[in-house]
Amino acid sequence: MAAPIDIRRFTGFRALTILCLVVLYAPLVIVAIYSFNDSTSITRWGGLSFKWYFDVFSGPEAPKFRAAAINSFTIALGAATCATTIATAAAVAMHRTGRFRGKTASLALINLPLMVPEIVTAVASLIFFISIGFKTGVMTIFIAHLVFCIPFAYLPISARMQSIPDSYEQAAMDLYATPWEAFRLVLLPLMVPGILSGFLLAFIISLDDFLITNFVKGAGIETLPTAIFGSVKQGVKPNIMAISTLLLGVSVVLVTLSWFVGRAGQSKR
Amino acid sequence: MAGAAPGGASRSEIYRGNGPRLMLPIWVFIGIFLVMPVVMMAVHSFLTKEFRGGVIWEFTFAAYDQFFFDRGLFGDEPPKIEWTYIGIFWRSIWQAGLATVFSLLIGFPTAWFIATRKPNVRPGWLFLITIPYWVNLLIRTVSMKFLIRDTGPLNEFLLWSGVISEPLSLVNTNFAVQLGLFYSYLPFMVLPVYAAVERYDFSLSEAAADLYSDNWTTLRLVILPVVKPGIVAGCILVFVPSLGAFLAPDLLGGAKTFMIGSLIEEQFKGAAGNWPFGAAAAMILLAIVLGVLLLHAHAQTRVER
Repeated sequence: MAAPIDIRRFTGFRALTILCLVVLYAPLVIVAIYSFNDSTSITRWGGLSFKWYFDVFSGPEAPKFRAAAINSFTIALGAATCATTIATAAAVAMHRTGRFRGKTASLALINLPLMVPEIVTAVASLIFFISIGFKTGVMTIFIAHLVFCIPFAYLPISARMQSIPDSYEQAAMDLYATPWEAFRLVLLPLMVPGILSGFLLAFIISLDDFLITNFVKGAGIETLPTAIFGSVKQGVKPNIMAISTLLLGVSVVLVTLSWFVGRAGQSKR
Repeated sequence: MAGAAPGGASRSEIYRGNGPRLMLPIWVFIGIFLVMPVVMMAVHSFLTKEFRGGVIWEFTFAAYDQFFFDRGLFGDEPPKIEWTYIGIFWRSIWQAGLATVFSLLIGFPTAWFIATRKPNVRPGWLFLITIPYWVNLLIRTVSMKFLIRDTGPLNEFLLWSGVISEPLSLVNTNFAVQLGLFYSYLPFMVLPVYAAVERYDFSLSEAAADLYSDNWTTLRLVILPVVKPGIVAGCILVFVPSLGAFLAPDLLGGAKTFMIGSLIEEQFKGAAGNWPFGAAAAMILLAIVLGVLLLHAHAQTRVER
């Protein structure tokens, strides 16, 4: 043998990885670039300008976008907060209470929103709300979001709890802390990175949802994705690219934050 | 995505006896607002349709009958198999399958490449792969449409570089839909395959190399069988959401690329307005997906035993 074979290397795998990243990022980068286009035509480049961003905030469609943004962020905040609380309780039950009846079924239930196809959840929720006479609107969007946010909040919290030994709480209880005090003063602070990470992911997932929202929203109620979808049906306009870029920025910032919070929690151990 | 530990992984019993109480909100919320709705959807698929949406509470198999059988315009001819809807399901399975194959062809090398980097740079690579997943799917699909449309940047670039002399019309083709699905769910392929490759014991490759196996033979005969569980998990994670996808076929495809998601949506939001039929189609989709997941779970427990 001339040179030793590197058993980890396959020719072309690096190129395919780069291709993978190009496919994932090219559309987003291009739309972000074109959102700064001065020209009214979406095809020709007419120089750098922020005019479509001004258009989003003060143009003719600004009130529509503002109302949609307020709905989106309020629903995401509420749904993520509730989902994170529920998921935290579930993670404690899963990792700290030993065996109990229905534990395996509970885990399956937590993951159920990930298994049922989105379109099925959308149809089922619409039928449910209409049948029980619940008027569709912001409230129905909130409830539907809360449900599918639970597994996304649960996963980071549960992953975090797996790496927290119960010796700290044992020590607290040896020193006469009640179980509630041991939880509140010892376990909960240790769980914070997981909880934050879960909250941010749930928030993004709620902010992003189009399909389920489109089914359970009432007439005249819009969130950012449904408003964007409505506009896109008539063709991609530059102001849609600007608002998309803004929303894209929010998602990237939040997921980056979630990642660093999660990592900070890990390295502290 | 199933990163959670199975029930018995943590042995701690420090808050013993509180399990059911802490789990109650999960049962209430997912039970009432997901399980109940799916049950009601199942019931609705057996009800009689009312025009302009809604249902009449009379039990019937009409929705399933309409899905599978053609009884002529007035419903009095002998039943023949109705191929329209079965065809739409078949096309969806085909499109989702091709998207899965594309994802595997790109996703496996990517996962391998990342898993063979130095341990301290791997999380950064993985993070790069996951960011697009967290970006709004609608925005991503619209961006893809912007990129590949007839007068879009991709065509301009290819014309300018002389690769093509006529713009490619990609939008409204099957290929555009496959590309959209591939692009939507590619991160789901990379992550489980990465997890499997990271656990792979490279001394197996060394042993194969000592026995004069070249790298590609090792890949086929040693590595692939070992990392197969990760590949299967990745394929399921791409295939299942692709099958019921709505945005990619709706925005990137046309009438010829109609998929299950659009068929169902049309029954509730569009002009068709047939709720029991939409519910029945959703039930059939759910049955296929649960079938795939159960098959996978069954195969997994058999391997573990």
